Amino acid sequence: MEWGGIIGYGLFLLIYGGIYAISALGLNVQWGYTGLFNIGVGGFFLVGAYTSAIMTKGPDFSHLGGFGQPFLVGVLAGGLLAAVLALLIGIPTLRLRGDYLAIATIGIAETLRLIVTNEQQLTAGVWGIGAIPKPLWSTFGDSYNAFYAVVVLLAMVLVYFAIERGTRSPWGRVLKAVREDEAVAQAVGKDVFRFKLQALVLGAFFMGVAGALFAHFVGYISPEAFEPMNATFLVWVMLIVGGSGNSKGAMLGAFIVWVIWSGTEFVAAALPPTFGPRAHALRIVLIGLLLMAMLLWRPQGVLGEERQVSKLVRNEPAGRSAQGG
Amino acid sequence: MAQLILYGLIYGGIISLGAIGLTLLVRILKFSHFAHGDMMALGAYLTLLFRVTMGLPMWLSVALAVILTAVAAVLIDRIFYKPLRRTSPAILLIASVGVALVLRHLIQFFWGAAPQVYQRGVERPYIVWGLRIRPTQVWILVMAVVLVIAVWLFLQKTKTGKALRAMADNMDLAAVSGIDTERMVVWTWVLGAALAAAAGIMLGMDTQLRPAMGWLMLLPIFAAAILGGLGNPYGAIAGGMIIALSQELSTMFINTAYKPAVAFVLMVLLLLVRPQGLFGGKA
Repeated sequence: MEWGGIIGYGLFLLIYGGIYAISALGLNVQWGYTGLFNIGVGGFFLVGAYTSAIMTKGPDFSHLGGFGQPFLVGVLAGGLLAAVLALLIGIPTLRLRGDYLAIATIGIAETLRLIVTNEQQLTAGVWGIGAIPKPLWSTFGDSYNAFYAVVVLLAMVLVYFAIERGTRSPWGRVLKAVREDEAVAQAVGKDVFRFKLQALVLGAFFMGVAGALFAHFVGYISPEAFEPMNATFLVWVMLIVGGSGNSKGAMLGAFIVWVIWSGTEFVAAALPPTFGPRAHALRIVLIGLLLMAMLLWRPQGVLGEERQVSKLVRNEPAGRSAQGG
Repeated sequence: MAQLILYGLIYGGIISLGAIGLTLLVRILKFSHFAHGDMMALGAYLTLLFRVTMGLPMWLSVALAVILTAVAAVLIDRIFYKPLRRTSPAILLIASVGVALVLRHLIQFFWGAAPQVYQRGVERPYIVWGLRIRPTQVWILVMAVVLVIAVWLFLQKTKTGKALRAMADNMDLAAVSGIDTERMVVWTWVLGAALAAAAGIMLGMDTQLRPAMGWLMLLPIFAAAILGGLGNPYGAIAGGMIIALSQELSTMFINTAYKPAVAFVLMVLLLLVRPQGLFGGKA
């Protein structure tokens, strides 16, 4: 490969890795910190993508549109609508046991895919929405991907600091308490349901933003882009690989897994074309086995969860459990 | 409408068989087994292997596929789930999502993504009292009824069946009264996977086989199990019938494409009103 190819791949890695990292950061708020089971990441991602695409496009007869809003408004609207959706799904399910939320989020993701496939006047159905505006496209021209990589990474860093701030506050400690033992959190007077709802909504907002960033980069979206594999499971594997409960881990995992995922695509592309669809299936098997291997041998992920102790407590590495208790 | 009810009953039998196994697994192993749909698909595709590729008679293919699916389930449990059982149900749930992913795409790897059928050609439907029913569908109905009765007999009459119900009802009490819980876990997998395989085969007979068929069935069988009160095998049958009938009847009012969403909406409504399920069970 020449230098141009390597730089081109590097930019793709930064852009896609960054978009997935934002999704994984959102999932980390939900699962890593609060223990909420969201297997419908793709649904929130989809809502963000479609909302932003529709909000920013000019009039188009094949689907709802003509709002012509700027890029930033579209991205924020995508995040907000995903958050509203999380609110609606969270209210009936968050008071119940955790696996009900899991199955409900699968349901919502699948239902959303049915809606965007069938409501043609809204989303152009299987044809998809094309010509999604790319912000400042004419300004950057040839070096557009470099510009967009900066945009995505900026967004990622912003999301990272927002989450770090939140989780290192008393609010974040309550989330962890809810994750570790709901009954105890309840017993010390925390409204467990409200904290869970906040975590779900916040995480969904970030997933929506990630979806919007994705839509504006690829410029064309259709229901196929949001199949559970790409939009949901990959994000889960990223979080588990990187280390759930650790925002740096979520980002690291996103880039590692994306490199593996896109690397296997190169290998698959090098195989004879008749082998193509099968190679694709094998790539996913590989990702699935990676997930299982991590769970079995390194459940804490590459980085593992950071221990957070009060600034007032001095670090005493040994001897805490020595005195019985 | 009577026609839709008939189709609902056929589909309901398939969902119920999947949901019985799922409800026992959820109760006894204490985690939601998200790979259950893909075990259905595994059973269906193994039958395809024996019937179409190797040319064995259908009954033998079905029997072999059911047995092999049960063996596969026990192996998966030994390799993946058992070491994780001491951690938390949440980790097991993620693990089952991983297993689902691997199973589905192994199927796609070996058999390809294109839809397949056990038997080519169009069947001439019987017409009984103005209702159209294909011979295959008669077979499916018969198989479903026989299997449900067999499961009922197994759970009611045999010692193992009683032990399983006891475990589903109260794990600690069952362990204290001397039931070998680890052996029962194996039995749960065998029963659950065998029923899932049968359901998958019936689904394949009724329509066609696709690698994603299991994933698409996951929502209806979970909805049925939850509707019936998790852990209650008889509730799961009733839940399966309710889900299937409402999916079929919904096509009179809304776009057929939204059929899969009906199960989901019903489930959410139920969770709002009666989270413990329609038929008792402990929430």
